Amino acid sequence: MTDNTGTNKEKKTTTHKIGIYLWIWGLLFVLSFFSYMVDWYQFQGLLRWTLILIFMFLKAGLIMAFFMHLFWERYTLVNVLLWPMTAIACFVGLMVAEGKYTVFTRFIYFVLGE
Amino acid sequence: MDQSSIDKLPKGWKSIPNDLGSDQTAFKGVQWGKAMMWIFLLSDTFIFSCFLISYMKGRASTVVEWPNPSEVFALDFMGVPVPLLLIAIMTFVLITSSGTMALAVKYGYEKNRKMCGWFILLTAIGGLTFVGMQAFEWSKLIHEGVRPWENPFGAGQFGSFFFMITGFHGTHVSIGVIFLFIFARKVFRGDFDTGRRGYFTTMKSDYVAIEILGLYWHFVDLVWVFIFAFFYLW
Repeated sequence: MTDNTGTNKEKKTTTHKIGIYLWIWGLLFVLSFFSYMVDWYQFQGLLRWTLILIFMFLKAGLIMAFFMHLFWERYTLVNVLLWPMTAIACFVGLMVAEGKYTVFTRFIYFVLGE
Repeated sequence: MDQSSIDKLPKGWKSIPNDLGSDQTAFKGVQWGKAMMWIFLLSDTFIFSCFLISYMKGRASTVVEWPNPSEVFALDFMGVPVPLLLIAIMTFVLITSSGTMALAVKYGYEKNRKMCGWFILLTAIGGLTFVGMQAFEWSKLIHEGVRPWENPFGAGQFGSFFFMITGFHGTHVSIGVIFLFIFARKVFRGDFDTGRRGYFTTMKSDYVAIEILGLYWHFVDLVWVFIFAFFYLW
């Protein structure tokens, strides 16, 4: 017997209705199509980057939450997995600053120096 | 720990200190193999992040113009160059295979042996298609003169980042395909119904193995989402 929350009492395993997977699948297709359209219509500048990031994070969130079942996992596992991502965000910030410095020095010494 | 006793534990934020402070099992209701797969995927996330961050830094700090990906990866369709056509198809193939994997996991938990096996096989075929298209893309770019140290389109770093990042991702897909075929065979043979012992592990397993395999496969798709956004679209 499977009740609404999807807890299978007889076998003590968790299963979910097929509809949710098909919905997420469809959404992923639509979001991928949209992100391809960003390139198709050649949006440039801030609009392009914002749209790319929005579609990317939506897709990543849907895959992790529903396909990888994180939505149904206990908070401990979710937090252990997601907090380390802040370290990656810090690393990105550091390397943005480093990249700006590198291109600055290259302009000074390679381009202007010649 | 069975589901009914897990349901009695505190929920929400309170559950974190409770679970982590309890004896023996921090991840309640998570089979050890699944926890280990998650931890492996976390470390893999860091590896791919390092690749993508170094790509970001390399691209941001070059004084030569970066090749335009929508032209480099364009494909002629009936004489008209369509931007990113192959990459878009690869993206859809990988998402499709992620969907079939999700269904395989679902049927696995319902102990629907045949449906589970067929969906794993479909997933494997999707993965194989993806790897095939990637091989085509690589050989096309190599013919056009893209090398890890130079290319005819612009900044020389482009090739090294391209081959490193897509190559590492393609390796993950290939390993996943191999495991998908192995597990399709195991499912069809009924290993997870009879509790037949694994050849290498000598341990009994059940359909949670399919969920673990699914986690890996969805992760491969997840990484592609980021590669698609940052490498091909940006």
